[in-house]
Amino acid sequence: MEKKDKNMNSGEELKNETPREEKPTNPDKKVKRRDVLKGLATVPVLGIFAWGYYKKRHMDRVLKQMIRDELGMEYAPPVMSTAPSSGRQLRLGVIGYGHRGPQLMKAAGFVHPSWIDAARAAAEKNPMDKRYQEFMEQDDLNIVINGICDVFDIHAEEQMAAAANLKRQGSEGKPAYPVKRYRTYKELMAADDIDAVIIAAPDHWHAPMTIEAARNGKHVYCEKPMTWNLPETYVVRDEVKKSGIVFQLGHQGRQTESYIKAKEAIEKNLLGKVNLIEVTTNRNSPNGAWVYNIHPKASPKNIDWKQFIGQAPWHDFDLKRFFRWRCWWDYSTGLSGDLFTHEYDAMNQILGLGIPQYASGSGGIYYFKDGRTVPDVQQEVFEYPDRNLSLLYSATLASDKDRGKVIMGHDGWMEVGRTLNIYADRESDRYRELIKNGKIDPSLPIYSYSPGRKNPDAVTTATEKYFAGRGLLYTYREGKRVDTTHLHIKEWLEAIRKGTQPSCNINRGFEEAITNHMGVIALREGRRVEWDPDKEVIV
Amino acid sequence: MKRTCNYTIGQTTFLVILRTLIGWHFLYEGMVKITNPDWSSAGYLLDSRGFLSGFFHSLTYKASVLHTVDFLNEWGLILIGLGLILGLFTRFSIFAGILLLALYYLSHPPFPGISFSVPSEGSYLIVNKTLIEMTALLVLYVFPTRIGLDAVFQVLWKSRKRAAK
Repeated sequence: MEKKDKNMNSGEELKNETPREEKPTNPDKKVKRRDVLKGLATVPVLGIFAWGYYKKRHMDRVLKQMIRDELGMEYAPPVMSTAPSSGRQLRLGVIGYGHRGPQLMKAAGFVHPSWIDAARAAAEKNPMDKRYQEFMEQDDLNIVINGICDVFDIHAEEQMAAAANLKRQGSEGKPAYPVKRYRTYKELMAADDIDAVIIAAPDHWHAPMTIEAARNGKHVYCEKPMTWNLPETYVVRDEVKKSGIVFQLGHQGRQTESYIKAKEAIEKNLLGKVNLIEVTTNRNSPNGAWVYNIHPKASPKNIDWKQFIGQAPWHDFDLKRFFRWRCWWDYSTGLSGDLFTHEYDAMNQILGLGIPQYASGSGGIYYFKDGRTVPDVQQEVFEYPDRNLSLLYSATLASDKDRGKVIMGHDGWMEVGRTLNIYADRESDRYRELIKNGKIDPSLPIYSYSPGRKNPDAVTTATEKYFAGRGLLYTYREGKRVDTTHLHIKEWLEAIRKGTQPSCNINRGFEEAITNHMGVIALREGRRVEWDPDKEVIV
Repeated sequence: MKRTCNYTIGQTTFLVILRTLIGWHFLYEGMVKITNPDWSSAGYLLDSRGFLSGFFHSLTYKASVLHTVDFLNEWGLILIGLGLILGLFTRFSIFAGILLLALYYLSHPPFPGISFSVPSEGSYLIVNKTLIEMTALLVLYVFPTRIGLDAVFQVLWKSRKRAAK
């Protein structure tokens, strides 16, 4: 034992001992062999590592390949065009520059010079703030904005400056061309130097403006919801179809990569028989509950109140109603029109739902007792007996609990937002064997899609976080983060140039509007409503 | 530091086993990262908390810096792992390993009042497995063995020197 011990010892001891063992004729040889053995003693470990590593990799690959073969799903992102805009320059008019208007114009490539100043300064202060860089790198859509319209003078002035900021400059720049401010949308729609319009006015104006645009042959990009009441929905559809204009409804989720992958998964029947869909809204901030800031300089002198009211019931001048119009049925359709329509359109995109047969709804004003008339907590249930499924919408504006969009089927379920995760159901028939022999673990996703993981994201406000998490703020193209609204406008412009139909066209818009009105009527009248597809009426 | 290496077989054996196991851990962590095209340290760095979190967050600001950090981390882990298993450039590998583990520890210090969005697999108060692994490397640093390729090279070098004389 002692001798062995010494053999394993190192350094000085070895030196002390070796002379005894050495043969005087060949002093170096023995030392070398022993030292080489000691030197290589741990090399076999590397062999074991390599074997283990190979086995594990091989098993992982086989499993992944097996799942891929079984599911028929590719892990690669969907192939989407990233080609820059080409073809003729289009001349736009933009109506509305309140909350959504500036976002839409930015997505189209136009911001107020002060935005550039602020974003540039913010990026210098915080390198994580990539808004400036992303905006400057955003594709040039080859458009000009010749006309704008807003009933609030200060917003209209800002909108003019943004529309003239073709070169994306800060306050050091000069307007690229004169932009005309139209006092009424009708004058803007009649202008000869405008080919297409973006409508970002309050909801009760969407239909009248779209109808006017169609009658004037102007292509339309309209914010959601498509319409504010049921009767105008039919007129919008008929006028758009009759005129042949290219209509795109502002559900920018159509551009979200994870939704496109989700659709692929449904087409590959990964979930089996889908029977329940749950979509949600959770926000918990005044901004998220539409309590927007009131401009300190706003007054009856600089707001065309009568034009704001339009077809809505008359009400005396009220700054709250002007800036926070989403809180009143008089101008909006509440949670349903503002947020459910996005969720619905995502499901319509993924599952091709169409119009439900029945709708019911309930809710109340349980938290924001600020004079609003639309509920801040709301549930809507839509029945699709022909598809054997229910669509449930559940919303609150006073809790930030994160709930995703979940599609539930007999064989599996998926959660879709910015990312997509698909799980096999423990009781699935399709995956029964694979679960039984351990190839599928129901607690882990069988398919997971999480784009842009290599690029850290900085999302600044709670409302932005809400939209980003639901895949509505930005998506990815070839791994690069892109504003979904930018892609949605780009698709619309390409469709105008090529004479094709965009993804959220008038047919999808009609389905969105009818579904929204079914939910709203059911909620407000406290009854279950039914859609008669032959007569196209809600009964 | 004066070096004396009069270890028993057991002492040497377990020092070498310890070195090999830590090397294995490093090597596999590096291999997993380098073979995953989607891997990036961004999420981990952004989850950093504590007094050095500003520094770790700042590493994600620029894509070029982040890519360098990723590259150094992946190859650092692999080379340190190989060095520890094979006993090659052992002292340098141990030193680099300590440095890397110190960075991991400081980016996610398990101090009272700090919590991370990525949950750990155990419960830690000030001491975590990273700190223990780092300390184990310190032990290996002060208790070097002569098992490994370094010893072969050393003997070769010495015999060449002797031959030259």
